[in-house]
Amino acid sequence: MSRDTALVSAQWVEDHLDDPSIVLIEVDEDTASYDKGHIRNAIKLDWTTDLQDQVRRDFVNKEQFEALLSDRGVSNDHTVVLYGGNNNWFAAYAYWYFKLYGHSDVKLLDGGRKKWELDSRELTADLPTREKTSYTAQEQDHSIRAFRDEVVAAIGAQNLVDVRSPDEYAGRLLAPAHLPQEQAQRGGHIPTAASVPWSKAANDDGTFKSDEELKEIYTEAGVDWSKDTIAYCRIGERSSHTWFVLKELLGQDNVKNYDGSWTEYGSLVGVPVVLGDEPGEA
Amino acid sequence: MCGAKVGGLSLDGIDVAKEAIIQGVVTRDGEPVDTAYVRLLDRTGEFTAEVPTSATGHFRFFAGPGEWTLRTLAPKADPVDRQVTADTGVVAEVEIAI
Repeated sequence: MSRDTALVSAQWVEDHLDDPSIVLIEVDEDTASYDKGHIRNAIKLDWTTDLQDQVRRDFVNKEQFEALLSDRGVSNDHTVVLYGGNNNWFAAYAYWYFKLYGHSDVKLLDGGRKKWELDSRELTADLPTREKTSYTAQEQDHSIRAFRDEVVAAIGAQNLVDVRSPDEYAGRLLAPAHLPQEQAQRGGHIPTAASVPWSKAANDDGTFKSDEELKEIYTEAGVDWSKDTIAYCRIGERSSHTWFVLKELLGQDNVKNYDGSWTEYGSLVGVPVVLGDEPGEA
Repeated sequence: MCGAKVGGLSLDGIDVAKEAIIQGVVTRDGEPVDTAYVRLLDRTGEFTAEVPTSATGHFRFFAGPGEWTLRTLAPKADPVDRQVTADTGVVAEVEIAI
């Protein structure tokens, strides 16, 4: 993958609003955001209800994902273009999720909803109608999804990239600062993890920095390009953003997103945790 | 000091005594701006969080105690930076004109 295949500009989206081969999908942390206004012809996926099992902490299974996309009118042949708020955190999460279930052509709108709004481009409350399809998903691709045991095994062996804010990394905050801070898990980070906040990869308007700038940011933070990499954050959405940068923009081979992230790791009994601004020892 | 601002976003169900809250409203020519984005930057200038303003132009962060910068972006406006101090149990109110 590369920038040319994984990323499209706001202008490109505006030029393709009526292209029947494309399905534009909005995914937001604030799931009411779409209802207030969205890009014309975009449909909505709700990350809390559509993409999460409603009993266990896990994703919807293959059959549920197939039923979801069939119902929303997405077919295997469609080019799926994702965008959303929070600098595309949840759109990047959905991008990774579509890749997890093997959708071949997925793209991210560079800058997401914020860039679209800051450009004063049009939003509408009109809901599009789409014909139902018969979608077939692949089995989950675990080459891009990390589970807790692999994460513990990666300490001191692989690149661990903590993409939360510096204060969350150090244990001074437990959640992004637009959310209440009271949480059950311990604060801190996984030993040896490099702190590279996801935001370092984005400009103020939410668009991604250039490949050269991105490469330099992760190199300076101590990422060893010859090693496999696992990215994590609090619940796996911001680390999807960084997974997208490392895997889809910079073309790194073995990059996984740990969707359990800090809300799982910080609640595990007996695993090592480091407090403060330094990565710590294995 | 610890209550929700009248007309602001609800603090129902949140233990304000445990939070260091920064909140306020973004205005243009005295009118609330509902299309702005407010970014919370830490003492080193690193991004910590961002929210879009509400229909009434309001925003809120649950920060930690210390010095923060609010950077406001809006269509057809230059970014505006404002310094603010947060303390646990205190709601810091900021009005930002763009």
